[in-house]
Amino acid sequence: MDESRRDFLKKFGFALLSVGGGFPLLRTIASASEKELRTGAAVSTQWGMVIDIQKCLSEQVRRACIEACNREHNVPEIPDPEEEVKWIWSETYEDAFPEGIHPYTADYLKGKPVLVLCNHCTNPPCVKVCPTQATWKREEDGIVMMDMHRCIGCRYCIAGCPYGARSFNWRDPRPYIKGDLTPFPTRAKGVVEKCNFCAERLRKGQEPACVAAVKNIPGMEGALTFGDLYDPNSEVSRVLRENHTICRKVSLGTGPNVFYIV
Amino acid sequence: MNDKSKSIVGLVIFLALVIFPVLYNFAVGGAGPRPELELPEGESRCVEDKDFMTAHHMDLLLEWRDAVVRQGKKNYTSQAFGEIYEMSLTGTCMNCHTKRETFCTRCHDYADVDNDCWGCHVEPEGQ
Repeated sequence: MDESRRDFLKKFGFALLSVGGGFPLLRTIASASEKELRTGAAVSTQWGMVIDIQKCLSEQVRRACIEACNREHNVPEIPDPEEEVKWIWSETYEDAFPEGIHPYTADYLKGKPVLVLCNHCTNPPCVKVCPTQATWKREEDGIVMMDMHRCIGCRYCIAGCPYGARSFNWRDPRPYIKGDLTPFPTRAKGVVEKCNFCAERLRKGQEPACVAAVKNIPGMEGALTFGDLYDPNSEVSRVLRENHTICRKVSLGTGPNVFYIV
Repeated sequence: MNDKSKSIVGLVIFLALVIFPVLYNFAVGGAGPRPELELPEGESRCVEDKDFMTAHHMDLLLEWRDAVVRQGKKNYTSQAFGEIYEMSLTGTCMNCHTKRETFCTRCHDYADVDNDCWGCHVEPEGQ
C-alpha cells in the first residue's frame, strides 16, 4: 500500500512537471509562429498621395478632382450639409490642420481651401471599431476598404475617424446623382461610404480619378501625386524626399498616407 | 361522447382544408407553368453547367463577391469548362444576360425570392 502511494506521488509529480514545463514551451512556439504569420502578412505596397496645397488653391483644380471622383463613384450631391456624402472635398486650412495654425499663420494659407480625403491610415481607427469588418485595411496595398454588403450602418467608423472622411447614407442616393450612372455600384440607404483610393481603377492599372483629372489641366502637373510609398523609386517617394510635407493630425498616431506640400 | 358527430364533422372539414392544396395541384396538373426564361442568343453555355447554375448561382455570386471585394481577386476558373472569367455581376453575367426582366426577375418572381443586388449595382444600360 505504501509503495503504491509512493508510485502514485512519483507519477503525479512527473505529470505536474511535464504540464508545468510544457505549457510555457507550447506558448513560446505558438507565439513564434503567430509572429511569423503577422510579419509574413506585412503590407507589401502602401498607396499614398501627395497634395500640393498651393497648386490646389486653384478653384479649377479642386473642382476637377471633386467632379471626377463624384462621376467615377456615383457620389450623390445632396444639398443638405447634414446629409451630404463626400469622398474628396475642400476644407479650410484651419479645419484641415488644427495643429498647424497659430496667430501668425501665413496669409496664403489662412482660411484657404485644402483638398481632403480619406487618409488610408497605417493604423486606422475606423477599422478597429467596425463590428462586422465591413471596413478593413487591405494587406496587399494598404487601402482602407469598405464592403458595402457587410456594413450595418452603425456609424462607429464615422465616430472613430478623426478626419471626417466618412459619410452616411441617410437616404437613397440615386435621385441625387448628377448625370448618367457610371458602372461603379451606387450605395443604399443605411451604409457608410468614403474614398477607396479608386481601388477599381488601380485594379485595371489606372491612376485614381482625381489624379488623372488634374493631369489634364495645363500647368497643374504635380498638384496631386499618387504612388507606392514603399517603392523608393516611385514618383510619390521622390516628391516626398524632395519637399517638406505635413500630414493631418499626426499627433493622433493614425499614420495618414496622404501628405501635403505647404 | 355527445359531441361525436360534431367532432367528426370538424375533423372532416379540417382534413379537407389540409388536403385541398395537394388535391388542387393534382387536379390542375403540376405546380403551375414554369416561367419561360429568355436565354442569351448565340451562347451555348454559362460559366458552369446548367444544373449547377440553376441550383447554385446565388452561392457562386456570393463567392465571387467575397473574392473580389475582400480578397481583391479578379478571375474565376470554371470548374466544368476550365475557362477563365472575370468575376463581375454587371460585367460578366449581364454581358450575356442583358435583360434582367426576362431572366433574373421572371424566375425570382416565380420562386418568390427577393434580392437587393440592383439597389446598388448599376445595370450595363445605366439603370
